[in-house]
Amino acid sequence: MGNFVFPNELHVTWTVMIVLYPYITGCVAGAFIVSSLFHVFGLKQLEPIARFSLVSSFAFLLFAALPLLNHLGRPERALNILITPHFTSAMSGFGFVYLAYTIIVVLEIWFHYRADFVDRYHSASALWKTVYHVLLLGCAMRNEETDNIDHKIVKTLAGIGIPVACILHGYVGFLFGSIKANPWWSTPLMFIIFIFSAVVSGISVLIFLYLFVNFLKRQKVDQNALNTMVRFLWGFMIVAVVLEMMDLLSLAYEQTARWAALKYLITGPLYYSYVVGQVLVCSLGSFLLLTIIVLFKLPQKLSNILAFLTSGLLLIQVVLMRWNVVIGGQLVSKSYRGFTSFMPGVLEKEGLLVAAIIFIMPFLMLRQFDRIFPFFPASKRDIS
Amino acid sequence: MGKKGNSITRGEFVRMALFSAAGVCVGSMIARGNLKDQPLERIPQILTHFDWAFIVDTTRCIGCGACVRACAIENKVPDGYYRTWIERYEIDNNENIYVDSPEGGKRSFKQNRVQNREIVKGFFVPKLCNHCRNSACTQVCPVGATYHSPDGVVLVDRKHCMGCGYCVQACPYGCRYISYDLGTADKCTFCYHRIHRSLATACVQACPRKARVYGNLKDPNDSILAVLHERRYSILKPEMATNPKCYYIGLDLEVI
Repeated sequence: MGNFVFPNELHVTWTVMIVLYPYITGCVAGAFIVSSLFHVFGLKQLEPIARFSLVSSFAFLLFAALPLLNHLGRPERALNILITPHFTSAMSGFGFVYLAYTIIVVLEIWFHYRADFVDRYHSASALWKTVYHVLLLGCAMRNEETDNIDHKIVKTLAGIGIPVACILHGYVGFLFGSIKANPWWSTPLMFIIFIFSAVVSGISVLIFLYLFVNFLKRQKVDQNALNTMVRFLWGFMIVAVVLEMMDLLSLAYEQTARWAALKYLITGPLYYSYVVGQVLVCSLGSFLLLTIIVLFKLPQKLSNILAFLTSGLLLIQVVLMRWNVVIGGQLVSKSYRGFTSFMPGVLEKEGLLVAAIIFIMPFLMLRQFDRIFPFFPASKRDIS
Repeated sequence: MGKKGNSITRGEFVRMALFSAAGVCVGSMIARGNLKDQPLERIPQILTHFDWAFIVDTTRCIGCGACVRACAIENKVPDGYYRTWIERYEIDNNENIYVDSPEGGKRSFKQNRVQNREIVKGFFVPKLCNHCRNSACTQVCPVGATYHSPDGVVLVDRKHCMGCGYCVQACPYGCRYISYDLGTADKCTFCYHRIHRSLATACVQACPRKARVYGNLKDPNDSILAVLHERRYSILKPEMATNPKCYYIGLDLEVI
């Protein structure tokens, strides 16, 4: 019967950068939600990693818009989205949501670290004293009352931040899910799936980094915090994967025209990245691993190694999921008669090299942040 | 004493700053709400007497590709992209459907695609932007760079578009693309620069079979209305509810 796509569909418009963007915002939203689990919901076990997750969220946030800017045909007009927003478009709110979230995270970090800054200001030498003086906006006062106020504000901001973080990422899902022209994207479940997969990627990246950093620094892992994160990861990944599979199942069962095209997408161009990579290896594999870690009493070291591997596997799962959504959706022709093909370049403007650089930036930034915003002071305080 | 009386505390300053910021935000939102999208007095009244539409008679098209070539030259369409194109449909005696559009039909269809099979039905379908009344592309444009002109044509403001590509995704008909030399979205404009000088669109002008007709739906004497009143016609993807203004005569069920 042949393969037919509309002539303009030979070019895939949204490429690697648009895969990277929801991946990074997923980490942003997920990491923030983990920190809020402690601040708002009072999960004391997560206290040792609450700061780390908050600052991680900020580091990812700083670079989240970069792939979008690089993708735009006219990046110098990016601010048009704030200056002349066209409110019938789902995308027009992007700038405002992004801005609101950034303000919340910056304020939360500031109030969270204010007491630390004051202590450091008093013990710092000349140049650093000035830096902390500026960071403190000139007010180096600290007493029990100010600590209480700071704490109250952090709690409030974390509370407001949860829905905003969900909106930030659920909104990306909505951008895809609301495109009626695309049979692979158009589903109201898309934004819910995105929120859950964001939490999965957020917790995964935190577990991965936490174990990695502790391994490098040869510090003792806070087993209680790690176990709690693993349990949450297990729960959230089950919900995320089940939602996605249920969506596919209902699509297949309905046997509509959409499915007639999509079944060839899944068994054809997306077979390895979706069926094998995302579903069988990464989702099923990490589900089994997490089940073993949570339900069976393993030696601590083995359990931690498995947690490290699983979080890595789930990070790959989330990348594959973003790829399969963003690229997969554009492979299906709107003529429902065939598929176009896409192979990312390495050195081009939106190629893999640029993607890798943007992806690594938050981690490098995080390393620098550790000097200004120490991540794990809580454990030190406990020791003292 | 006097100095202290006149100065404000840090807390008061922050509070005042927050209130001022909130006031500016709310004020500009109200001002924006009161702003009409397009002040009517600024629209040349003559434009409101037009509602441009298009008819494609698939029974007349011979797939010569003259329209695609004319459009590419007239509008400087970049290679590999199409504001208009022609699809060839061939159906064999086993009811298998073969569709193709090599280079958008620009060089016509010189070779038979289907060999060793008896073709029982074959036809060509030219396609172009449908200039939908309820267009998905204008709805999703985040900066309002794509819009409906007062005379019913969907246009792109090249000086405002930021090239995000959301409209390309939203168009159900594959009519849009991001022009690599402009960095902005591009598509058929019904040759807006021509129809305003009473010149036919490039594709209509080039078609040797009069398979393409354009006209003004608001003019009761326009031939387009006569054709629509005489012939049975259809639109593409009616389930998308975009309400297209490109009408197809003799459209087969197989055409999507």
